[in-house]
Amino acid sequence: MDKPLLEVEDLSVTFKGAHRSVQAVRGISFSVGREKVGIVGESGSGKSLTGRTILKLTPKAATISARKLSFDGIDLLAASERQMRSIRGNRISMILQDPKFSLNPLMRVGEQITEAYRLHHKVGGKEAEAKALAMLEAVKIRDPARVFKLFPHEVSGGMGQRIMIAMMLIPEPDLIIADEPTSALDVTIRRQVLSILDELVTRRGAGLIFISHDLNLVADFCDRVLVMYAGRIMEDIPARELHNARHPYTRALLDSLPRLDRQADMLQVPSRDPAWLDGPTLQSGSRT
Amino acid sequence: MSAVDPAPAANRPAALTVSHLSVVFGRGRSMLKAVDDVSFTLGHGEAFGLIGESGCGKSTVLRALAGLNSEYGGTISFQDREVPHKRDKAFFRRVQMVFQDPYSSLHPRKMVQNVLAEPLKIHGFDRPQERIDEILTAVGLGPSFRYRFPHELSGGQRQRVAIARALIIEPELLLLDEPTSALDVSVQAEILNLLKQLRRDRDLTYLMVSHDLAVVTHLCERVAMMSEGRILEEMSAADVRAGRAHEPYTREFLEASVGYRPIA
Repeated sequence: MDKPLLEVEDLSVTFKGAHRSVQAVRGISFSVGREKVGIVGESGSGKSLTGRTILKLTPKAATISARKLSFDGIDLLAASERQMRSIRGNRISMILQDPKFSLNPLMRVGEQITEAYRLHHKVGGKEAEAKALAMLEAVKIRDPARVFKLFPHEVSGGMGQRIMIAMMLIPEPDLIIADEPTSALDVTIRRQVLSILDELVTRRGAGLIFISHDLNLVADFCDRVLVMYAGRIMEDIPARELHNARHPYTRALLDSLPRLDRQADMLQVPSRDPAWLDGPTLQSGSRT
Repeated sequence: MSAVDPAPAANRPAALTVSHLSVVFGRGRSMLKAVDDVSFTLGHGEAFGLIGESGCGKSTVLRALAGLNSEYGGTISFQDREVPHKRDKAFFRRVQMVFQDPYSSLHPRKMVQNVLAEPLKIHGFDRPQERIDEILTAVGLGPSFRYRFPHELSGGQRQRVAIARALIIEPELLLLDEPTSALDVSVQAEILNLLKQLRRDRDLTYLMVSHDLAVVTHLCERVAMMSEGRILEEMSAADVRAGRAHEPYTREFLEASVGYRPIA
Protein backbone atom coordinates (compact mmCIF):
# COMPACT_ATOMS: atom_id res chain seq x y z
CA MET A 1 0.00 0.00 0.00
CA ASP A 2 1.22 3.50 -0.76
CA LYS A 3 1.51 6.35 1.68
CA PRO A 4 -1.57 6.69 3.88
CA LEU A 5 -3.95 9.58 3.27
CA LEU A 6 -4.49 10.40 6.87
CA GLU A 7 -2.05 9.89 9.68
CA VAL A 8 -3.07 10.38 13.27
CA GLU A 9 -0.63 9.98 16.12
CA ASP A 10 -1.40 10.37 19.79
CA LEU A 11 -4.54 12.44 19.25
CA SER A 12 -6.35 13.77 22.31
CA VAL A 13 -9.40 15.95 22.59
CA THR A 14 -10.05 17.63 25.91
CA PHE A 15 -13.07 19.57 27.04
CA LYS A 16 -12.01 22.13 29.59
CA GLY A 17 -14.48 22.75 32.36
CA ALA A 18 -14.47 25.20 35.24
CA HIS A 19 -13.71 22.50 37.78
CA ARG A 20 -12.52 19.54 35.84
CA SER A 21 -11.55 18.69 32.31
CA VAL A 22 -12.90 15.74 30.40
CA GLN A 23 -10.67 13.95 27.98
CA ALA A 24 -13.05 12.53 25.39
CA VAL A 25 -10.40 11.16 23.03
CA ARG A 26 -7.26 9.96 24.76
CA GLY A 27 -4.10 9.51 22.76
CA ILE A 28 -5.23 7.49 19.77
CA SER A 29 -3.13 6.68 16.72
CA PHE A 30 -4.25 5.30 13.40
CA SER A 31 -3.84 5.83 9.71
CA VAL A 32 -6.22 5.63 6.79
CA GLY A 33 -5.21 4.86 3.25
CA ARG A 34 -7.42 4.49 0.22
CA GLU A 35 -9.54 1.95 1.98
CA LYS A 36 -12.71 1.63 4.04
CA VAL A 37 -11.99 1.94 7.74
CA GLY A 38 -14.77 1.40 10.24
CA ILE A 39 -14.81 2.97 13.69
CA VAL A 40 -17.17 1.20 16.07
CA GLY A 41 -17.96 1.78 19.68
CA GLU A 42 -20.77 2.56 22.08
CA SER A 43 -22.18 6.01 22.59
CA GLY A 44 -19.69 8.24 24.34
CA SER A 45 -16.68 6.27 23.16
CA GLY A 46 -15.39 9.24 21.17
CA LYS A 47 -15.91 7.83 17.69
CA SER A 48 -17.91 10.75 16.29
CA LEU A 49 -15.63 13.27 17.94
CA THR A 50 -12.65 11.61 16.27
CA GLY A 51 -14.37 12.06 12.91
CA ARG A 52 -15.09 15.71 13.61
CA THR A 53 -11.60 16.38 14.89
CA ILE A 54 -10.14 15.39 11.53
CA LEU A 55 -12.13 18.24 9.97
CA LYS A 56 -11.47 20.47 12.99
CA LEU A 57 -15.21 20.82 13.49
CA THR A 58 -15.03 20.36 17.22
CA PRO A 59 -16.93 22.61 19.63
CA LYS A 60 -15.17 25.72 20.91
CA ALA A 61 -14.64 24.23 24.34
CA ALA A 62 -12.56 21.40 22.94
CA THR A 63 -8.80 21.51 22.66
CA ILE A 64 -7.10 19.22 20.20
CA SER A 65 -3.58 18.00 20.75
CA ALA A 66 -1.64 15.47 18.75
CA ARG A 67 1.87 14.54 17.85
CA LYS A 68 0.77 14.25 14.26
CA LEU A 69 -2.45 14.96 12.44
CA SER A 70 -1.70 15.10 8.78
CA PHE A 71 -3.76 14.64 5.68
CA ASP A 72 -1.94 14.08 2.41
CA GLY A 73 1.12 15.90 3.69
CA ILE A 74 -0.87 18.84 5.11
CA ASP A 75 -0.49 19.39 8.82
CA LEU A 76 -4.10 19.85 9.90
CA LEU A 77 -3.16 21.01 13.38
CA ALA A 78 -1.21 23.96 12.02
CA ALA A 79 -3.66 24.70 9.20
CA SER A 80 -5.43 28.03 9.40
CA GLU A 81 -9.20 28.31 9.35
CA ARG A 82 -8.88 29.54 5.77
CA GLN A 83 -6.90 26.48 4.75
CA MET A 84 -9.39 24.24 6.55
CA ARG A 85 -12.23 25.76 4.54
CA SER A 86 -10.53 24.76 1.33
CA ILE A 87 -10.04 21.25 2.65
CA ARG A 88 -13.51 20.70 4.08
CA GLY A 89 -15.93 19.46 1.48
CA ASN A 90 -13.33 19.66 -1.23
CA ARG A 91 -10.73 17.15 -0.07
CA ILE A 92 -12.36 15.67 3.02
CA SER A 93 -16.12 15.56 3.23
CA MET A 94 -18.53 14.33 5.85
CA ILE A 95 -21.81 12.45 5.56
CA LEU A 96 -23.99 12.78 8.64
CA GLN A 97 -26.55 10.49 10.17
CA ASP A 98 -29.86 12.06 9.33
CA PRO A 99 -30.49 13.84 6.02
CA LYS A 100 -33.51 15.51 7.62
CA PHE A 101 -31.19 17.66 9.70
CA SER A 102 -28.20 18.00 7.43
CA LEU A 103 -29.87 19.33 4.28
CA ASN A 104 -30.95 22.95 4.12
CA PRO A 105 -34.76 22.84 4.32
CA LEU A 106 -35.20 26.09 2.39
CA MET A 107 -33.12 25.22 -0.64
CA ARG A 108 -34.01 22.93 -3.48
CA VAL A 109 -31.99 19.73 -3.51
CA GLY A 110 -30.39 20.50 -6.85
CA GLU A 111 -29.27 23.96 -5.78
CA GLN A 112 -27.56 22.50 -2.75
CA ILE A 113 -25.63 19.99 -4.81
CA THR A 114 -24.73 22.62 -7.40
CA GLU A 115 -23.57 24.95 -4.64
CA ALA A 116 -21.34 22.26 -3.18
CA TYR A 117 -19.68 21.87 -6.54
CA ARG A 118 -19.31 25.55 -7.39
CA LEU A 119 -17.79 26.38 -4.03
CA HIS A 120 -14.73 24.41 -4.97
CA HIS A 121 -14.71 24.55 -8.76
CA LYS A 122 -14.81 27.69 -10.85
CA VAL A 123 -17.49 26.70 -13.31
CA GLY A 124 -20.65 28.25 -14.70
CA GLY A 125 -24.17 27.49 -13.50
CA LYS A 126 -25.07 25.37 -16.49
CA GLU A 127 -22.04 23.15 -16.23
CA ALA A 128 -22.49 22.68 -12.49
CA GLU A 129 -26.12 21.77 -13.03
CA ALA A 130 -25.22 19.15 -15.58
CA LYS A 131 -22.65 17.77 -13.17
CA ALA A 132 -25.21 17.69 -10.33
CA LEU A 133 -27.72 15.83 -12.49
CA ALA A 134 -25.07 13.29 -13.45
CA MET A 135 -24.23 12.87 -9.80
CA LEU A 136 -27.88 12.29 -8.86
CA GLU A 137 -27.95 9.62 -11.52
CA ALA A 138 -24.79 8.09 -10.09
CA VAL A 139 -26.50 7.65 -6.73
CA LYS A 140 -29.29 5.76 -8.53
CA ILE A 141 -32.02 8.36 -8.35
CA ARG A 142 -34.47 7.43 -11.04
CA ASP A 143 -35.74 10.78 -12.26
CA PRO A 144 -32.88 13.20 -11.50
CA ALA A 145 -34.47 16.16 -13.30
CA ARG A 146 -37.56 15.94 -11.09
CA VAL A 147 -35.68 15.31 -7.85
CA PHE A 148 -33.37 18.23 -8.68
CA LYS A 149 -36.28 20.62 -8.13
CA LEU A 150 -37.58 19.08 -4.90
CA PHE A 151 -37.19 20.43 -1.39
CA PRO A 152 -35.67 18.19 1.29
CA HIS A 153 -39.05 17.62 2.99
CA GLU A 154 -40.39 16.18 -0.23
CA VAL A 155 -37.93 13.29 -0.39
CA SER A 156 -37.83 10.09 1.65
CA GLY A 157 -35.09 9.28 4.14
CA GLY A 158 -33.30 6.90 1.81
CA MET A 159 -33.43 9.37 -1.06
CA GLY A 160 -32.31 12.18 1.24
CA GLN A 161 -29.27 10.18 2.26
CA ARG A 162 -28.45 9.45 -1.38
CA ILE A 163 -28.71 13.18 -2.07
CA MET A 164 -26.32 13.80 0.84
CA ILE A 165 -23.89 11.31 -0.66
CA ALA A 166 -24.20 13.00 -4.06
CA MET A 167 -23.50 16.36 -2.47
CA MET A 168 -20.52 15.11 -0.53
CA LEU A 169 -18.97 13.24 -3.44
CA ILE A 170 -19.44 15.83 -6.14
CA PRO A 171 -16.26 17.81 -5.30
CA GLU A 172 -14.47 14.45 -5.58
CA PRO A 173 -12.92 14.35 -2.12
CA ASP A 174 -10.02 12.07 -1.27
CA LEU A 175 -11.36 11.17 2.11
CA ILE A 176 -14.97 10.75 3.18
CA ILE A 177 -16.03 10.60 6.79
CA ALA A 178 -19.43 8.97 7.15
CA ASP A 179 -20.89 9.29 10.63
CA GLU A 180 -23.61 6.66 11.04
CA PRO A 181 -24.81 7.26 7.48
CA THR A 182 -27.39 4.50 7.52
CA SER A 183 -28.60 4.38 11.13
CA ALA A 184 -31.74 6.35 10.32
CA LEU A 185 -32.62 4.13 7.38
CA ASP A 186 -34.58 0.92 6.98
CA VAL A 187 -32.64 -2.26 6.35
CA THR A 188 -33.55 -2.65 2.69
CA ILE A 189 -32.78 1.00 1.93
CA ARG A 190 -29.59 0.73 3.97
CA ARG A 191 -28.32 -1.88 1.59
CA GLN A 192 -28.96 0.32 -1.43
CA VAL A 193 -27.27 3.34 0.10
CA LEU A 194 -24.27 1.31 1.20
CA SER A 195 -23.75 -0.30 -2.17
CA ILE A 196 -23.84 3.14 -3.82
CA LEU A 197 -21.32 4.46 -1.31
CA ASP A 198 -19.17 1.39 -1.76
CA GLU A 199 -19.20 1.64 -5.52
CA LEU A 200 -18.39 5.34 -5.66
CA VAL A 201 -15.65 5.14 -3.05
CA THR A 202 -14.03 2.13 -4.66
CA ARG A 203 -14.26 3.52 -8.17
CA ARG A 204 -12.68 6.82 -7.23
CA GLY A 205 -10.08 5.26 -5.00
CA ALA A 206 -11.05 7.50 -2.12
CA GLY A 207 -10.58 6.71 1.55
CA LEU A 208 -13.60 6.20 3.76
CA ILE A 209 -13.96 6.44 7.52
CA PHE A 210 -17.21 4.75 8.42
CA ILE A 211 -18.39 5.51 11.95
CA SER A 212 -21.04 3.12 13.23
CA HIS A 213 -22.31 1.29 16.27
CA ASP A 214 -23.28 -1.74 14.20
CA LEU A 215 -20.50 -4.32 14.42
CA ASN A 216 -21.96 -6.76 11.94
CA LEU A 217 -22.45 -4.10 9.33
CA VAL A 218 -18.92 -2.79 9.73
CA ALA A 219 -17.50 -6.30 9.57
CA ASP A 220 -19.18 -6.83 6.21
CA PHE A 221 -18.74 -3.40 4.72
CA CYS A 222 -15.27 -2.19 5.71
CA ASP A 223 -11.73 -3.37 5.11
CA ARG A 224 -10.42 -2.57 8.55
CA VAL A 225 -12.08 -1.85 11.89
CA LEU A 226 -11.04 0.29 14.85
CA VAL A 227 -12.88 -0.58 18.04
CA MET A 228 -13.17 2.36 20.41
CA TYR A 229 -13.96 2.43 24.10
CA ALA A 230 -13.74 5.38 26.48
CA GLY A 231 -11.75 7.52 24.07
CA ARG A 232 -9.18 4.84 23.25
CA ILE A 233 -8.79 2.45 20.36
CA MET A 234 -9.00 -1.01 21.85
CA GLU A 235 -8.30 -2.99 18.74
CA ASP A 236 -7.26 -2.39 15.15
CA ILE A 237 -8.29 -5.42 13.12
CA PRO A 238 -9.02 -6.41 9.51
CA ALA A 239 -12.80 -6.50 9.11
CA ARG A 240 -12.97 -10.08 7.90
CA GLU A 241 -11.24 -11.20 11.08
CA LEU A 242 -13.51 -9.23 13.39
CA HIS A 243 -15.33 -12.34 14.48
CA ASN A 244 -12.04 -13.76 15.69
CA ALA A 245 -11.20 -10.59 17.62
CA ARG A 246 -8.85 -11.03 20.55
CA HIS A 247 -9.54 -8.00 22.68
CA PRO A 248 -11.96 -8.86 25.50
CA TYR A 249 -13.99 -5.70 24.84
CA THR A 250 -14.47 -6.50 21.15
CA ARG A 251 -15.37 -10.05 22.10
CA ALA A 252 -17.85 -8.83 24.72
CA LEU A 253 -19.53 -6.48 22.24
CA LEU A 254 -19.88 -9.27 19.70
CA ASP A 255 -21.28 -11.63 22.30
CA SER A 256 -23.83 -9.12 23.51
CA LEU A 257 -25.53 -9.01 20.11
CA PRO A 258 -28.56 -11.19 19.57
CA ARG A 259 -27.80 -13.23 16.48
CA LEU A 260 -29.97 -14.77 13.85
CA ASP A 261 -27.66 -17.65 13.15
CA ARG A 262 -27.22 -18.73 16.73
CA GLN A 263 -29.93 -18.98 19.32
CA ALA A 264 -28.95 -18.00 22.83
CA ASP A 265 -31.09 -18.16 25.91
CA MET A 266 -29.53 -15.20 27.65
CA LEU A 267 -27.21 -12.63 26.10
CA GLN A 268 -23.78 -11.84 27.47
CA VAL A 269 -23.63 -8.50 29.20
CA PRO A 270 -20.15 -7.03 28.82
CA SER A 271 -18.24 -6.45 32.01
CA ARG A 272 -15.65 -3.71 31.80
CA ASP A 273 -12.10 -3.92 32.95
CA PRO A 274 -10.54 -0.64 34.21
CA ALA A 275 -7.24 -1.82 32.76
CA TRP A 276 -8.65 -1.25 29.27
CA LEU A 277 -8.78 2.48 29.92
CA ASP A 278 -5.04 2.80 29.56
CA GLY A 279 -4.19 -0.42 27.79
CA PRO A 280 -2.41 -0.47 24.44
CA THR A 281 -4.18 -0.79 21.11
CA LEU A 282 -4.23 -4.39 20.06
CA GLN A 283 -3.03 -4.80 16.49
CA SER A 284 -4.62 -7.93 15.17
CA GLY A 285 -4.27 -9.90 12.01
CA SER A 286 -1.99 -9.37 9.09
CA ARG A 287 -1.68 -5.77 7.97
CA THR A 288 -2.26 -5.14 4.31
CA MET B 1 -36.46 -20.68 36.49
CA SER B 2 -36.61 -23.22 33.73
CA ALA B 3 -34.39 -23.31 30.70
CA VAL B 4 -37.21 -23.72 28.19
CA ASP B 5 -39.60 -21.02 27.15
CA PRO B 6 -43.11 -21.48 28.47
CA ALA B 7 -45.31 -22.99 25.79
CA PRO B 8 -48.69 -21.38 25.25
CA ALA B 9 -51.27 -23.40 27.15
CA ALA B 10 -53.92 -24.69 24.77
CA ASN B 11 -56.81 -24.80 27.18
CA ARG B 12 -56.59 -21.21 28.33
CA PRO B 13 -58.31 -18.39 26.45
CA ALA B 14 -56.18 -16.51 23.96
CA ALA B 15 -54.54 -13.52 25.59
CA LEU B 16 -55.29 -11.23 22.70
CA THR B 17 -57.25 -11.60 19.50
CA VAL B 18 -57.11 -8.93 16.85
CA SER B 19 -59.46 -9.37 13.93
CA HIS B 20 -59.75 -7.23 10.82
CA LEU B 21 -58.12 -4.25 12.48
CA SER B 22 -57.90 -1.20 10.27
CA VAL B 23 -56.80 2.33 11.02
CA VAL B 24 -57.37 5.17 8.59
CA PHE B 25 -55.93 8.65 8.82
CA GLY B 26 -57.40 11.61 6.96
CA ARG B 27 -60.26 11.44 4.54
CA GLY B 28 -61.02 11.93 0.87
CA ARG B 29 -58.02 12.17 -1.37
CA SER B 30 -55.52 12.46 1.44
CA MET B 31 -56.84 9.31 3.10
CA LEU B 32 -54.16 6.93 4.28
CA LYS B 33 -54.85 3.35 5.26
CA ALA B 34 -52.15 2.94 7.90
CA VAL B 35 -53.40 -0.47 9.02
CA ASP B 36 -55.36 -2.58 6.60
CA ASP B 37 -57.25 -5.67 7.74
CA VAL B 38 -54.76 -7.00 10.27
CA SER B 39 -55.63 -10.15 12.24
CA PHE B 40 -53.60 -12.19 14.67
CA THR B 41 -53.90 -14.10 17.91
CA LEU B 42 -51.63 -14.21 20.91
CA GLY B 43 -51.71 -17.27 23.14
CA HIS B 44 -51.36 -16.85 26.87
CA GLY B 45 -47.71 -16.51 27.83
CA GLU B 46 -46.59 -16.15 24.26
CA ALA B 47 -44.23 -13.55 22.83
CA PHE B 48 -45.22 -12.27 19.42
CA GLY B 49 -43.30 -9.82 17.28
CA LEU B 50 -44.39 -7.42 14.58
CA ILE B 51 -41.60 -6.51 12.18
CA GLY B 52 -41.40 -4.17 9.24
CA GLU B 53 -39.87 -0.99 7.94
CA SER B 54 -40.75 2.48 9.10
CA GLY B 55 -44.22 3.46 7.98
CA CYS B 56 -45.49 -0.09 7.61
CA GLY B 57 -48.08 0.39 10.33
CA LYS B 58 -46.55 -1.75 13.09
CA SER B 59 -46.52 0.99 15.70
CA THR B 60 -50.03 2.07 14.69
CA VAL B 61 -51.26 -1.44 15.47
CA LEU B 62 -49.67 -1.16 18.89
CA ARG B 63 -51.14 2.27 19.53
CA ALA B 64 -54.60 1.08 18.56
CA LEU B 65 -54.21 -1.88 20.93
CA ALA B 66 -53.04 0.33 23.77
CA GLY B 67 -56.04 2.58 23.33
CA LEU B 68 -53.95 5.55 22.24
CA ASN B 69 -55.96 5.70 19.05
CA SER B 70 -59.62 4.87 19.57
CA GLU B 71 -60.62 5.44 15.95
CA TYR B 72 -60.17 1.99 14.45
CA GLY B 73 -62.20 -0.59 12.60
CA GLY B 74 -62.40 -4.27 13.47
CA THR B 75 -62.37 -5.85 16.88
CA ILE B 76 -59.81 -6.33 19.60
CA SER B 77 -60.52 -8.99 22.20
CA PHE B 78 -58.59 -9.43 25.38
CA GLN B 79 -59.02 -12.88 26.90
CA ASP B 80 -61.95 -13.62 24.59
CA ARG B 81 -63.87 -10.52 25.56
CA GLU B 82 -64.09 -7.60 23.18
CA VAL B 83 -62.66 -4.41 24.60
CA PRO B 84 -64.52 -1.11 24.14
CA HIS B 85 -62.99 1.43 21.75
CA LYS B 86 -62.65 3.83 24.63
CA ARG B 87 -60.63 1.74 27.07
CA ASP B 88 -61.62 1.49 30.72
CA LYS B 89 -59.40 1.39 33.75
CA ALA B 90 -59.70 -2.38 34.08
CA PHE B 91 -58.10 -2.76 30.67
CA PHE B 92 -55.07 -0.65 31.54
CA ARG B 93 -54.67 -2.58 34.75
CA ARG B 94 -53.98 -5.68 32.64
CA VAL B 95 -52.32 -4.25 29.55
CA GLN B 96 -49.34 -1.93 29.80
CA MET B 97 -46.90 -0.46 27.33
CA VAL B 98 -43.17 0.27 27.25
CA PHE B 99 -42.10 2.96 24.81
CA GLN B 100 -39.13 3.23 22.54
CA ASP B 101 -37.28 6.20 23.90
CA PRO B 102 -36.57 6.13 27.62
CA TYR B 103 -35.34 9.72 27.36
CA SER B 104 -38.78 11.04 26.54
CA SER B 105 -41.13 8.55 28.20
CA LEU B 106 -40.30 9.55 31.79
CA HIS B 107 -41.39 12.84 33.34
CA PRO B 108 -38.21 14.88 33.81
CA ARG B 109 -39.31 16.44 37.10
CA LYS B 110 -40.66 13.34 38.81
CA MET B 111 -38.56 11.18 41.05
CA VAL B 112 -38.55 7.46 40.30
CA GLN B 113 -40.68 6.71 43.34
CA ASN B 114 -43.35 9.18 42.23
CA VAL B 115 -43.32 7.74 38.72
CA LEU B 116 -43.97 4.32 40.22
CA ALA B 117 -46.45 5.47 42.86
CA GLU B 118 -48.82 7.01 40.35
CA PRO B 119 -50.12 3.84 38.65
CA LEU B 120 -50.52 2.25 42.09
CA LYS B 121 -52.67 5.13 43.26
CA ILE B 122 -54.77 5.18 40.07
CA HIS B 123 -55.55 1.50 40.37
CA GLY B 124 -55.97 1.52 44.15
CA PHE B 125 -53.21 -0.88 45.13
CA ASP B 126 -52.32 -1.42 48.76
CA ARG B 127 -48.80 -1.38 50.25
CA PRO B 128 -47.38 1.12 47.71
CA GLN B 129 -44.02 1.51 49.42
CA GLU B 130 -43.33 -2.23 49.54
CA ARG B 131 -44.45 -2.65 45.95
CA ILE B 132 -42.09 0.07 44.75
CA ASP B 133 -39.14 -1.58 46.49
CA GLU B 134 -40.14 -4.97 45.12
CA ILE B 135 -40.42 -3.86 41.52
CA LEU B 136 -37.19 -1.87 41.63
CA THR B 137 -35.42 -4.97 42.85
CA ALA B 138 -37.12 -7.09 40.20
CA VAL B 139 -35.85 -4.88 37.36
CA GLY B 140 -32.36 -4.99 38.81
CA LEU B 141 -32.10 -1.45 40.17
CA GLY B 142 -32.79 -1.79 43.89
CA PRO B 143 -34.66 0.46 46.36
CA SER B 144 -31.89 3.06 46.44
CA PHE B 145 -33.03 4.28 43.02
CA ARG B 146 -36.30 5.63 44.48
CA TYR B 147 -34.97 9.11 44.99
CA ARG B 148 -33.39 9.63 41.58
CA PHE B 149 -34.63 11.88 38.84
CA PRO B 150 -34.53 10.65 35.21
CA HIS B 151 -31.52 12.86 34.41
CA GLU B 152 -29.58 11.00 37.07
CA LEU B 153 -30.09 7.71 35.26
CA SER B 154 -28.40 6.18 32.22
CA GLY B 155 -30.41 5.09 29.19
CA GLY B 156 -30.54 1.48 30.33
CA GLN B 157 -31.57 2.46 33.86
CA ARG B 158 -34.33 4.67 32.49
CA GLN B 159 -35.66 1.83 30.38
CA ARG B 160 -35.63 -0.33 33.51
CA VAL B 161 -37.70 2.30 35.29
CA ALA B 162 -40.11 2.40 32.33
CA ILE B 163 -40.44 -1.38 32.53
CA ALA B 164 -40.93 -1.17 36.30
CA ARG B 165 -43.68 1.42 35.82
CA ALA B 166 -45.46 -0.88 33.38
CA LEU B 167 -45.10 -3.96 35.57
CA ILE B 168 -45.85 -2.48 38.99
CA ILE B 169 -49.61 -2.98 38.60
CA GLU B 170 -49.03 -6.60 37.60
CA PRO B 171 -50.40 -6.56 34.06
CA GLU B 172 -50.75 -9.70 31.96
CA LEU B 173 -49.92 -8.30 28.57
CA LEU B 174 -46.98 -6.03 27.86
CA LEU B 175 -46.84 -4.00 24.66
CA LEU B 176 -43.25 -3.26 23.72
CA ASP B 177 -42.58 -0.57 21.13
CA GLU B 178 -38.95 -0.97 20.04
CA PRO B 179 -37.80 -1.15 23.67
CA THR B 180 -34.09 -1.36 22.88
CA SER B 181 -33.57 0.57 19.65
CA ALA B 182 -32.40 3.73 21.44
CA LEU B 183 -29.83 1.81 23.50
CA ASP B 184 -26.25 0.66 22.99
CA VAL B 185 -25.70 -3.02 22.22
CA SER B 186 -24.36 -3.84 25.68
CA VAL B 187 -27.34 -2.13 27.33
CA GLN B 188 -29.66 -3.74 24.82
CA ALA B 189 -28.38 -7.12 25.96
CA GLU B 190 -29.17 -6.21 29.59
CA ILE B 191 -32.71 -5.10 28.79
CA LEU B 192 -33.43 -8.11 26.57
CA ASN B 193 -32.21 -10.42 29.32
CA LEU B 194 -34.38 -8.60 31.84
CA LEU B 195 -37.47 -8.85 29.62
CA LYS B 196 -36.88 -12.55 29.11
CA GLN B 197 -36.40 -13.14 32.82
CA LEU B 198 -39.49 -11.14 33.81
CA ARG B 199 -41.63 -12.97 31.32
CA ARG B 200 -40.68 -16.29 32.89
CA ASP B 201 -41.02 -15.11 36.48
CA ARG B 202 -44.34 -13.35 36.00
CA ASP B 203 -45.97 -15.43 33.28
CA LEU B 204 -46.34 -12.44 30.97
CA THR B 205 -47.50 -12.19 27.38
CA TYR B 206 -45.47 -9.92 25.10
CA LEU B 207 -46.35 -8.13 21.92
CA MET B 208 -43.25 -6.51 20.55
CA VAL B 209 -42.73 -4.16 17.65
CA SER B 210 -39.30 -3.82 16.13
CA HIS B 211 -37.40 -3.36 12.94
CA ASP B 212 -34.49 -5.43 14.21
CA LEU B 213 -34.93 -9.02 13.23
CA ALA B 214 -32.25 -10.37 15.55
CA VAL B 215 -33.82 -8.66 18.56
CA VAL B 216 -37.32 -9.89 17.74
CA THR B 217 -36.32 -13.48 17.18
CA HIS B 218 -34.30 -13.45 20.37
CA LEU B 219 -37.36 -12.59 22.44
CA CYS B 220 -40.34 -13.89 20.45
CA GLU B 221 -41.39 -17.34 19.30
CA ARG B 222 -43.54 -16.04 16.49
CA VAL B 223 -43.23 -13.00 14.25
CA ALA B 224 -45.40 -11.37 11.63
CA MET B 225 -43.96 -9.42 8.74
CA MET B 226 -45.82 -6.21 7.99
CA SER B 227 -45.69 -4.05 4.90
CA GLU B 228 -47.94 -1.20 3.81
CA GLY B 229 -50.40 -1.76 6.63
CA ARG B 230 -50.87 -5.47 6.06
CA ILE B 231 -49.47 -8.59 7.59
CA LEU B 232 -47.69 -10.38 4.76
CA GLU B 233 -46.97 -13.59 6.59
CA GLU B 234 -46.49 -15.14 9.99
CA MET B 235 -43.39 -17.13 10.75
CA SER B 236 -41.89 -18.94 13.69
CA ALA B 237 -38.59 -17.65 15.05
CA ALA B 238 -36.97 -20.82 13.69
CA ASP B 239 -38.30 -20.01 10.20
CA VAL B 240 -36.76 -16.57 10.41
CA ARG B 241 -33.42 -17.94 11.53
CA ALA B 242 -33.38 -20.44 8.69
CA GLY B 243 -34.54 -17.78 6.22
CA ARG B 244 -37.69 -19.73 5.34
CA ALA B 245 -40.06 -17.11 3.96
CA HIS B 246 -42.71 -17.35 1.27
CA GLU B 247 -43.16 -13.73 0.27
CA PRO B 248 -40.42 -12.16 -1.87
CA TYR B 249 -40.58 -8.98 0.24
CA THR B 250 -39.96 -10.93 3.43
CA ARG B 251 -37.05 -12.74 1.84
CA GLU B 252 -35.54 -9.43 0.83
CA PHE B 253 -36.02 -8.09 4.35
CA LEU B 254 -34.42 -11.17 5.91
CA GLU B 255 -31.49 -10.96 3.55
CA ALA B 256 -30.95 -7.26 4.14
CA SER B 257 -31.02 -7.81 7.90
CA VAL B 258 -28.15 -10.25 7.92
CA GLY B 259 -25.52 -7.68 7.07
CA TYR B 260 -24.08 -5.96 4.05
CA ARG B 261 -23.88 -7.78 0.75
CA PRO B 262 -23.34 -5.69 -2.34
CA ILE B 263 -26.27 -5.66 -4.73
CA ALA B 264 -25.10 -7.43 -7.85
